[in-house]
Amino acid sequence: MNLRTDYDVTQAIELLHNCLSRQISHEALIWLEEKTNQISQGAMQRLFYTAFSAVPRYLGKQQLTLSTQDLRAAAAIRPGWNPQHWSVDQVGRTWIVLSLPHADIEKYLWTLEQVFTTADVRELIALYQSLPLMPHPEKHYARAAEGVRSNMTSVFNAVALRNPYPAEYFDDLAWNQMILKAVFVGSPLYLIHNSDRRANPELGKMLVDYARERWAAKRSVTPELWRFVGYTDTELQALAKVLQVDDIVQQEAAALACAHSPLPQAKELLARYPHLQAAILQGDLTWSSFSRDRLGADT
Amino acid sequence: MMFIDPHIHMVSRTTYDYMVMREYGVVAVIEPSFWLGQPRTSSGSFKDYFSSLIGWERFRASQFGIQHYCTIGLNPKEANNEALAAAVMELLPLYACKEGVVAIGEIGYDDMTPAEDKYFCQQLELAQELDMLVLIHTPHRNKKAGASQSMDRCIEYGLAPSRVIIDHNNEETVEEVLARGFWAAFTIYPHTKMGNARMVEIVRQYGCDRIIVDSSADWGVSDPLAVPKTAQLMLERGIPEAHVKAVCYENALAAYSQSHQFSESDWLTSTIDQRELYYGNSVLRGQTPVVEASRDQILIE
Ligand SMILES: [Zn+2]
Repeated sequence: MNLRTDYDVTQAIELLHNCLSRQISHEALIWLEEKTNQISQGAMQRLFYTAFSAVPRYLGKQQLTLSTQDLRAAAAIRPGWNPQHWSVDQVGRTWIVLSLPHADIEKYLWTLEQVFTTADVRELIALYQSLPLMPHPEKHYARAAEGVRSNMTSVFNAVALRNPYPAEYFDDLAWNQMILKAVFVGSPLYLIHNSDRRANPELGKMLVDYARERWAAKRSVTPELWRFVGYTDTELQALAKVLQVDDIVQQEAAALACAHSPLPQAKELLARYPHLQAAILQGDLTWSSFSRDRLGADT
Repeated sequence: MMFIDPHIHMVSRTTYDYMVMREYGVVAVIEPSFWLGQPRTSSGSFKDYFSSLIGWERFRASQFGIQHYCTIGLNPKEANNEALAAAVMELLPLYACKEGVVAIGEIGYDDMTPAEDKYFCQQLELAQELDMLVLIHTPHRNKKAGASQSMDRCIEYGLAPSRVIIDHNNEETVEEVLARGFWAAFTIYPHTKMGNARMVEIVRQYGCDRIIVDSSADWGVSDPLAVPKTAQLMLERGIPEAHVKAVCYENALAAYSQSHQFSESDWLTSTIDQRELYYGNSVLRGQTPVVEASRDQILIE
């Protein structure tokens, strides 16, 4: 795991401030500045709670508009941070959460706990999206795992998608459960940050078992799951089967899996499909082109 | 005609009630947090109750074409368990400003004990601090004195009467409430509160300014259709339609839209999609989901 606890919160706040100032009214910005100031200076907890809830009343809920520079700045401040799909109330709530004093870890975590356990759906989404920006990231592990267990797809997605936290902090067990659940609920796997780096044999086995179950019930599986498969002979057998299916999308995904597999037999298998092998070797077929062309990813 | 029932306890009503209410033209409801029939023994059950008001209940109503709002507060009866009351006061700031929360309420007096007074005042202070409306429950016993004292306290804590709704009024209290500039709400509830026919006479006598009709329907023998039925009786007994509209829809809208959490566009633009899930749960039990493009069919003119 690649732990990052060294990012600068004040830079993140500055970026949020800049983005908001272009989009919300002067009054709303003043309101937010005042609240975040009071909170960072240790105002009573109830001010934090009420301000956090009240954000949409003052800021509205429109989509945030970000330039490519903003996005680049975000990724430079906190690698993996991608607020592209955030709304202004989510930005406001994140700013409020980041203003919370955190030197007294116990008090900080207790206060956050109160908000998490009483939050409504929109609030939960804002909180989980902000996880990678919160101080003491390693302390939020159980909370993030809780978010993955959520029955609300939107809440699950706030943890799992476009969020660097899981790849950095989840152990294999939690990580694998998250991927499997994403497959189950139909969330796009290409939005899972650094997912390829966290591929592992156990996950490959789980996904192939899942695919077999689906096939037995005459159901299809998302081609994206082959991304994590290719570690054992059993998995290669599954890939061989997919390569024979009359579905170019499935074939391409299985071919990519073979190309990325550490097993020499995988290369032999791929060689039986020269057109796919050639496309991969020439760089015309990659996971990212696949996500764009076959899954509609906007990359 | 469209109706608002600005005081109804849907947690103790069935989904069937939502379906019938919608058929009768109820487009929005406000659910004041209140007591459940037996005392709660820990603040945890308040927490879950508040969470269901802002979460599941809101979702369930939306699935039947009704917009659900709520008010958050510690009710008068349960203020008498002081240890519990103090813990609930700690919870209120976590819920008071959430989306769809239109007021602090229902608060006020039951037995008019010192503990009730203490927590009533603390909640008025919170409302003032958060710039929120207040919904007041007037007591069943000693109602006139309870209503007067409630209004005194509101003034004392700096709340404008136009931002306070006094509920469960009757012939004895209406005059003072209106004269002092507060909203006067009436609960049409069999036997214990206000009756349909009496309500007609009140509107005949006092007109329609700042008067609001609601059902307070809850787990008791009560009627979730009290608002549309009262409207019908008023029309039958010669109350002008404009007055009926005011007391069964427009006044509640005017009073609660001051919260900026309650707006006609919420229900005029909403659609039903019963395929949606809440925490993985559906309101359906094997039925085919209804998916509706527009809300036109709910307007019963
Ligand atoms: Zn009530």
